[in-house]
Amino acid sequence: MSHSSADEAAKGAPQQEVVLMKGNEAIAHAAIRYGADGYFGYPITPQSEVLETLEALHPWDTTGMVVLQAESELASINMVYGGAATGKTVMTSSSSPGISLMCEGLSYIAACELPCLVVNVMRGGPGLGTIHPSQADYFQATKGGGHGDYHFIVLAPSTVQEMADFVGLSFDLAFKYRTPAMILADGIVGQMMEKVVLPPFRPRRTPEQIAELCPWAATGNPSRRKPNTITSLELDSAEMEKNNNRFQATYRRIEEAEQRSVSYLTDDAEYLIVAFGSVARICQKAIDDARGRGAKIGLLRPVTLWPFPEKAVAEVASRVKGILVVELNAGQMIEDVKLASRCTVPVHHFGRLGGIIPNPGEIDNELERLFPEAFPSKS
Amino acid sequence: MDIKTIKTPENLVYQRPRLLNDCTMHYCPGCSHGVAHRIIAEIIDEMGQADNTIAIAPVGCAVFAYKYIDVDWIEAAHGRAPAVATAAKRLNPERLVFTYQGDGDLAAIGTAETIHAANRGENIAIIFINNGIYGMTGGQMAPTTLEGMKTSTTPYGRRVDLNGYPLNITPLLAQLPGTCYVTRQSVETPAAVAKAKRAIRRAFDNSINHRGCSVVEIVSTCSSGWKMSPDKANKWMEQNMFEAYRPGDLKIADGDK
Repeated sequence: MSHSSADEAAKGAPQQEVVLMKGNEAIAHAAIRYGADGYFGYPITPQSEVLETLEALHPWDTTGMVVLQAESELASINMVYGGAATGKTVMTSSSSPGISLMCEGLSYIAACELPCLVVNVMRGGPGLGTIHPSQADYFQATKGGGHGDYHFIVLAPSTVQEMADFVGLSFDLAFKYRTPAMILADGIVGQMMEKVVLPPFRPRRTPEQIAELCPWAATGNPSRRKPNTITSLELDSAEMEKNNNRFQATYRRIEEAEQRSVSYLTDDAEYLIVAFGSVARICQKAIDDARGRGAKIGLLRPVTLWPFPEKAVAEVASRVKGILVVELNAGQMIEDVKLASRCTVPVHHFGRLGGIIPNPGEIDNELERLFPEAFPSKS
Repeated sequence: MDIKTIKTPENLVYQRPRLLNDCTMHYCPGCSHGVAHRIIAEIIDEMGQADNTIAIAPVGCAVFAYKYIDVDWIEAAHGRAPAVATAAKRLNPERLVFTYQGDGDLAAIGTAETIHAANRGENIAIIFINNGIYGMTGGQMAPTTLEGMKTSTTPYGRRVDLNGYPLNITPLLAQLPGTCYVTRQSVETPAAVAKAKRAIRRAFDNSINHRGCSVVEIVSTCSSGWKMSPDKANKWMEQNMFEAYRPGDLKIADGDK
């Protein structure tokens, strides 16, 4: 290859832009770059940087993205509902108490089979609780949260890079299956600054692309189709059962195709930690320390919390002697780990509550207490 | 001359509007919703907006509005129509976007969404049907229920000491800088219908042309909830509702209209 063509190739290659920022800021940048049409949100710690960053970047002057500070989380989620109903790529973000307020809207959005992204940067509850990190909304996120039989896709980032990457992934999956998607982060990933490679810019969808991709949308221009109605109401129970069966069929397709997880040192593992989000990184350090002492511990980190990666958990569970589930809650994901492993091995839980983050030493102590045989006798 | 020679297309002076679907409405006889629906369907067609409208339905008697007027609809959760409309309009700024809400939806459960959408000056039209009662759920007290008025949850009449005052929300909305046109109408006589139609057309024009938030209250009857014949309900409305909710323009700030 001559010099000139090598230079040209270097010039043509997209330059990797590495920046240092908070997870919340990465969400905002990634949303603009994905070509999102609208963000509607209400301030709440520890995620207000999402709205602040969007306002500071004023994308309405560049990509045309709408950013609006709403009067409440109720309004925010219903703005998301309204935008999604017209086929637009829309999102909101909040933290635990705000997500509780959004559960009504999420139920409607799921019932209307609308795509959208909701980011929950979890803080400790219940009630007003604390502003510090927590994973106590696992049940709320993965089991529905609002009324009725519904699910939505839940992705759990453990790095600032994943905060950025999961924005696009969430929107892609949301539109693919016509379902809400949630990024279930916590105060650590939201507030922590890390290096991140931001995704490339892509244009917002044109009205023609929306009409093509979302023939169901109430775009307001039915000139080439019958008018569309977005509604969750169906008073005929026989029809409503059909609707529910359609939702469930979608959920089964998602469960079949979209389970995601990351394994760390599970090939030779005799014991397994299952942890998600930022806690999985603390567990990774704990495992490194334990391995330094000869204990063969592996980590399985669910990336999709719904659908839960039951296939991966079942596979690893079948060849280990015990499992420890580490969460910033009193024991929520452990139920899904027990179901996936069918309780063929002992499944234990270690959790810190109220915004406390465990250190690797605490997790090692727990491993040693629960699985003393994993640790070769001290020299 | 027999009826067949009279009923010819050239003699037709009154017909179902093109955008009003040919189906049985669930509204009770004498209900104001039917007339309001009809004039909205007429206006959208007359303004040439059938392919440029996003309508937001409420929860309440008008929950099925989307079945009757042949445009794109979004059915909102109870009270949230102005928030839904906010996003629909901001993301689709060229569209005519309007909400159609009752008094419970707009002035009780959706008060925050209504006031904030109006105060932000969202370029939407809000059609507010005020009949002083919850019709869909069977005649309970509404925020606009008059003092002394009997409902299923005020069986001895609304008492201020127990239930608080009727909420006269439309003048409140007129005070907000984000509203450009706030008016109170009714549809119980042909003259009132003609006036209400002009008001709604003006509100729709304001949405299309981004003049701010318009509110058209239509003081309405609920003959079933009020337990009156349609004719008596109309008279009762004029004698009682109009005293608390006086028809007329409350704010005209929509420019050179």
